[in-house]
Amino acid sequence: MEIFLMFLKVFAVGGAICTLAQLLINYTKITAGKILVYFLLAGAILQAFGLYQYVVDFAGAGATVPISGFGYLLSKGAMEGAKESLFKAITGGITAAGMGITAAIVFGYLFALIFKSRSKKN
Amino acid sequence: MENNQNFINDNYLNYVKSVSPKTNEKRSLIRAFLVGGLICSIGQGLRYMFQYLVGLEGDELAAYVSAVMIFLGAFLTGLGVYDRIGKFAGGGSIVPITGFANSVVSPAIEFKTEGYVYGVAAKMFVIAGPIIVFGVASSVLVGLIYYGIYNIF
Repeated sequence: MEIFLMFLKVFAVGGAICTLAQLLINYTKITAGKILVYFLLAGAILQAFGLYQYVVDFAGAGATVPISGFGYLLSKGAMEGAKESLFKAITGGITAAGMGITAAIVFGYLFALIFKSRSKKN
Repeated sequence: MENNQNFINDNYLNYVKSVSPKTNEKRSLIRAFLVGGLICSIGQGLRYMFQYLVGLEGDELAAYVSAVMIFLGAFLTGLGVYDRIGKFAGGGSIVPITGFANSVVSPAIEFKTEGYVYGVAAKMFVIAGPIIVFGVASSVLVGLIYYGIYNIF
């Protein structure tokens, strides 16, 4: 039952964040690439004030899977690093996001090599 | 003269509105909500799987989940499935981390003909590049501000 409730929260919050993006697509002329950047920065700034953590605690993957969760992770890493040293204050963000960036680069390159362009079919 | 110009502009804009296809805006919002929610739920499912089957927790758990989500996004983009989901879901497929993977693989495949260095490797970052630039820059800024706060107070 607890897990079911959690999935409900994940679905609601994750869906709401995506709906916000769709609102921007429908009613403004912001391109998809810029929406990603804005959402990333929104997550990073909210976490810089310690706020995005509440959303993550409430909705789990509903908050971490959207790109704003990536911004949250970067800020969180930097803030934790700042407690220890200047070096970790600078590297903490990209260390925390390291797995995501590495996965995107490695899988991205790999699958680009394996698969062929499908634009001709469209 | 100016009024006349405005009149023509209004006429033209009305004409454009009447001719251009009407995307159902309410429906697109519902689709974004459903697909976005579903993708996040898959992420949550992976969280539970890694937590209870592998015993991961905390940051490590979150990192592996996002890596698998990126794998799935990249793989489905390669198969051409993700772009079909994107046509249906709009923002629902762009904002999740799988959409980030899609934004890496999609241009990389598209520009394969320009070679493996300036084609694939360079074009991978057309959309992902700005995200990494702003992400890393903002994290350094946040880190430095917090370092300053901790060491002054």
